Amino acid sequence: MSVLVDEKTRIVVTGATGRQGSFHLGQMLEFGTRVVAGVTPGRQGQEVSGVPVYDTVETAVEKHGANAAVVFVPGTLAKDSVMECIDAGVPLVVVVSEHVPLHDAMVINAFAAERGAMIVGPNTYGLCAPSARCKIGIPPNSIFQPGPVGVVARSGTLSYELVGSLTDAGLGQTTVVGMGGDRVAGLNFIDMLKRFERDPETKVVVLIGEIGGTAEEEAAEYVKGMSKPVVAYLAGKSAPPGKRMGHAGAIIERGRGTFESKVSALTAGGAKVAQLPWEVAPLVKEALKA
Amino acid sequence: MKLYEYMAKGVLAEAGVPIPRGRLCRTPEDAAAACRDLGPVAVKAQVLVGGRGKAGGIKVADTPGEAEAAARQILGMDLKGYTVETVYCEQKLSISQELYLSLTFDPGAKRPMLIASASGGMAIEEVPEKAIVKRGIPVAWGLQPYMAYQVARRLGLGGTLAREFSDLACRLYRVFVRLDAELVEINPLAVVDGHIMAADARLNVDDDAMARHGDLPKTDESTPLEAKVRALGLAFVQLDGDIAVMANGAGITMATLDVMQHYGGKPMNFLDAGGGSAAGPTAEALAILFSTRPKAVLVNIFGGITRCDEVAKAIVQVRQQQPAATDVPLVVRLVGTNEAEGHAILKAAGVDAFRSMQQAAERVVALAGESLPVQSGQ
Repeated sequence: MSVLVDEKTRIVVTGATGRQGSFHLGQMLEFGTRVVAGVTPGRQGQEVSGVPVYDTVETAVEKHGANAAVVFVPGTLAKDSVMECIDAGVPLVVVVSEHVPLHDAMVINAFAAERGAMIVGPNTYGLCAPSARCKIGIPPNSIFQPGPVGVVARSGTLSYELVGSLTDAGLGQTTVVGMGGDRVAGLNFIDMLKRFERDPETKVVVLIGEIGGTAEEEAAEYVKGMSKPVVAYLAGKSAPPGKRMGHAGAIIERGRGTFESKVSALTAGGAKVAQLPWEVAPLVKEALKA
Repeated sequence: MKLYEYMAKGVLAEAGVPIPRGRLCRTPEDAAAACRDLGPVAVKAQVLVGGRGKAGGIKVADTPGEAEAAARQILGMDLKGYTVETVYCEQKLSISQELYLSLTFDPGAKRPMLIASASGGMAIEEVPEKAIVKRGIPVAWGLQPYMAYQVARRLGLGGTLAREFSDLACRLYRVFVRLDAELVEINPLAVVDGHIMAADARLNVDDDAMARHGDLPKTDESTPLEAKVRALGLAFVQLDGDIAVMANGAGITMATLDVMQHYGGKPMNFLDAGGGSAAGPTAEALAILFSTRPKAVLVNIFGGITRCDEVAKAIVQVRQQQPAATDVPLVVRLVGTNEAEGHAILKAAGVDAFRSMQQAAERVVALAGESLPVQSGQ
């Protein structure tokens, strides 16, 4: 079984006619994802990879029953696009857009909370449920394989690296989800840990974190009460304080968000913390045997 | 983007927040003149880093002569790696109490948050958690006067001070939202003659929102090298080691630095070339890395959608065009579409190419002559 999405998930892509949107729309189709519509204002009547494009999300939902959206519009326009999706009744909105202003992210989340919608991102690669042939977002199609591992991460390419290493080791995934690298994110570690804990197919959870903020420390509290094993990897051990390491959220500020704090919290919570990226797959294998 | 104190105060004054009278000075003579007009002054270094008081960046001067001498000492001074170019001369205050007030965001609750304390000033970091009041602010309707008044009462303020605190906090909140700030901080929020005023101010604007604030003055904390690479639209941080690193994606770049350090290497920089193509800006950034004369260069690309043969061609081309690059050892880790072709192109050009991140990291550290003795255990 998969988490968050399944075979019935029908996706609308906003920013569908842009360079990123149109390319990844095609990649999602190739993976087997049911992409039912695209949206770009002023482009109704066009098609992208055979998928019809509409002016508004509302029309796409009416005509095709879309129940998930993925947002590819530029960062400063993302708030409007996400709110349009939520207002059209879409319950799951994946925000791939980078550089979404912080205050916009807070507004998006407040609106989503009011309407009961789930936001993934911003600045996320999206999510993938290999057994449901459902990929929403931008990760490469080749790295996934169905199996018993649930993965939740902040970073994109680090997820690809580690998911690739799991697949190479014969360890497939139930669902792989990126929370995104920004400071205010919709879905968080705990939201996913709860879902993995409930999901009968998920046997082990891999948590991929990094320096900055306190999301990993908060997750560690939840890990304590979990029945399933958690393997963690954290990036940024060598990062100096006060420097933003690529992601808006990856910064050690006023002594908070350090690598050591996260490792000790997760270890105390009962997670196995891999010291090096290639130790993740062996630790997962061990956890599956136990 | 951080604003200098004098800029932040200008913004606050426009929003109706009481601030002391002051003047920006570039020379000791300016400071003397400011003191003649304002009376006794505090001469304050204008830098973008915190903790300048403790570092000797603020001096009190009672006479124009003293102000001139203080400015002479502070101007040109090195404060945590930044050279002081201007000082702000501000009327000296007789402060009866120092409070703390800031607005920032709470990532967990996904909303703005007001933080206040009755004990502010230089020792704010040491104030115990129980002496700090935090109040989440609903995004939809913002900070209301009653909320700020509640905070004031919890800080033990009453009468005029509580009302002034509430009014000031609401004005500050409007600045916080209007300017897309990630932090507005007043420390100390000073009580002077029974009234409150912002004796210091920090205002950090969200970099991702700069496009809608073209009217704000620009400041830049980047080193010259950082400015050069960031101008290409790439995330870059200068570090103090000697092996240059480029990878695609923030997380994998951090992990690459960690792994290299694990084997004893000292990373010279963080360079996230992004998840997209390797052409254009990425090639330029790689050329800049070579020009800094590192002991070795490590490129770590987990391609996925990116085509490895194109990445390899771009790398080889940069290396051939850069005269300084040919004697710098280069190690490339490359995985993804058309991987075999990519590796063949690199090897033909005499570049070490690996599939494994571990082998690539070990190799580059060895080439830079920094390997640690083999560790037992992990």
